[in-house]
Amino acid sequence: MPRLTGSGLTLAYDDRVIATDLDVSVPDGSFTVIVGPNACGKSTLLRALARMLRPRAGAVHLDGAVITSLPSKEVARRLGLLPQTSIVPDGITVADLVARGRYPHQRLMRQWSRADEAAVAAAMAATDVTELADRIVDELSGGQRQRVWLAMALAQETPILLLDEPTTFLDIAHQIEVLDLCADLHEQGRTLVAVLHDLNQACRYATHLIVMRDGRIVAEGEPGSVMTPELVREVFGVRCEIIADPQTGTPLVVPGARRRVSRV
Amino acid sequence: MSLSPIALRVGPWSLRLAPRGLLVCLGLLATGFAVSVLALSTGEVAVPVPDVVAAIFGRGSPMAELIVAELRAPRLVTGLAVGAAFGLSGAIFQSLTRNPLGSPDFIGFTAGASTGGILAVVLGGTAWQIAGGSLLGCVLSAALVYGVAHRRGVSGYRLVLVGVGAHALLLAVDSYLLTSANLHDAANAGAWLTGSLSGRGWDHAVPVALALAVLAPLCAGLSRPLRMMETGDDAAGAVGIRVERVRAAAVAAGVLLCGVATAAAGPVMFVALAAPQLARRLTRAGGVALTASALTGAVLLTAADLLAQRLIAPAQLPVGVVTAALGGVYLALLLGREHR
Repeated sequence: MPRLTGSGLTLAYDDRVIATDLDVSVPDGSFTVIVGPNACGKSTLLRALARMLRPRAGAVHLDGAVITSLPSKEVARRLGLLPQTSIVPDGITVADLVARGRYPHQRLMRQWSRADEAAVAAAMAATDVTELADRIVDELSGGQRQRVWLAMALAQETPILLLDEPTTFLDIAHQIEVLDLCADLHEQGRTLVAVLHDLNQACRYATHLIVMRDGRIVAEGEPGSVMTPELVREVFGVRCEIIADPQTGTPLVVPGARRRVSRV
Repeated sequence: MSLSPIALRVGPWSLRLAPRGLLVCLGLLATGFAVSVLALSTGEVAVPVPDVVAAIFGRGSPMAELIVAELRAPRLVTGLAVGAAFGLSGAIFQSLTRNPLGSPDFIGFTAGASTGGILAVVLGGTAWQIAGGSLLGCVLSAALVYGVAHRRGVSGYRLVLVGVGAHALLLAVDSYLLTSANLHDAANAGAWLTGSLSGRGWDHAVPVALALAVLAPLCAGLSRPLRMMETGDDAAGAVGIRVERVRAAAVAAGVLLCGVATAAAGPVMFVALAAPQLARRLTRAGGVALTASALTGAVLLTAADLLAQRLIAPAQLPVGVVTAALGGVYLALLLGREHR
């Protein structure tokens, strides 16, 4: 059984029910990408998997145990989350922010072990922010800042890492940079789950694709077999052609020109 | 000056210390000590420092003991404890709301304490009843603000908005109480409202010092989770912090600190707002620094009280007037320098 699964999930904010009776499992060692139209519940699902949202029914299991029954710090040593929006505290430096990712490994009397120091240095090197260590985070560019947040999540040293739209607000160069970094992390053996908007990027980087619509999982599996013109039409209401990505051979979605299948 | 944090490691234990923060705290302690010595030894009757020490240990002349141990010391201790409590309370709420305006003196908590206090004054209450009234007022107004602002957890922004509304409402209640009271009560309540340390005895100093002694360790325990929560609820939850639980504990501690401080000295404005802001700029720490805020609050209030007593002696100013002027000017200077 995979380490991270959700079964019979009903997810809701207050009275607004986003999804009912949702079953999902994240294959171990996969780079799972969740895609779907706006408001399909993909971020909500990710937040539930990260225990940020308590399901109204059903449960998320981590290593066979109901995730909310485990000590929260214990979960944080196995599963990390890069939230969609985080707030930069006033006047904080890069090194200080990245170091905060070590929280679940620390105690009141063990605030800064050698392991903490090594993990922070490694995380900053992996995300290429070592030279920025003493800079104030507020003063960085969007791309640099996202790398810093990623470094903080990496410093947590979790085998499973969830990323909620890690490329939003980034230009194409920085998007590729972040996704390549994710691919590296995946190759090093981590299980990754990311919510992405761009179908072509999803197909290129994912080993396992989950396609959602209206709070339901419509299709899942290896991108090459999942991504079809019929699916794109059904899920996004967009007529398209699918060709092989000239760089990677993965599916490349080319939207039809002019005429639309349905009006939004 | 930017120094990277240093690690102190002994066996399995390790502490992470920011050198600048440490220096600032030592500097604040030294300043606080200097202010204390001045407050105890100078005044209408000068008591030389050796006599102050003798008086504290009960071996001074009866005159010196009366002046130092019964008049000046309780006032000083009240000032230190109230200042630290306001500084800590302000730091907690500014951290929770991620907003400098999220101070208890702006979001209705101090105003609630004032209303409770005035009500007790107008009803002819004793000093204890006034203190109790203001503590109760603070807790009730906080419960009201927190309750109204609560929707799937409490966002900082909504807490500030609701709090500012409650603040205005409570000020209106205060005005009504003052205008409907008789002249004598209104004058008493008015004096209490500016916040003052004059005439504070051990019966004022002991409760607030005890409350501080109980709540400060709790705040120390909350300090690391609170700092994490400044990066957002999800980011904090992701590293294993029980966000709602920490927030509830922090609000309780912050409200009680604000309440007992107001009960002891009246609603001294500005310390809770300015102390954490000054402390953050002194330490250059990211986010809010609790210890430095408490120390800054203590120094700010006692220094302001010293000025209030000596500035136009023999006439005395209420300390609230001086804190507003002193803290306000310094903060304005700092902000001006930052945004240039």
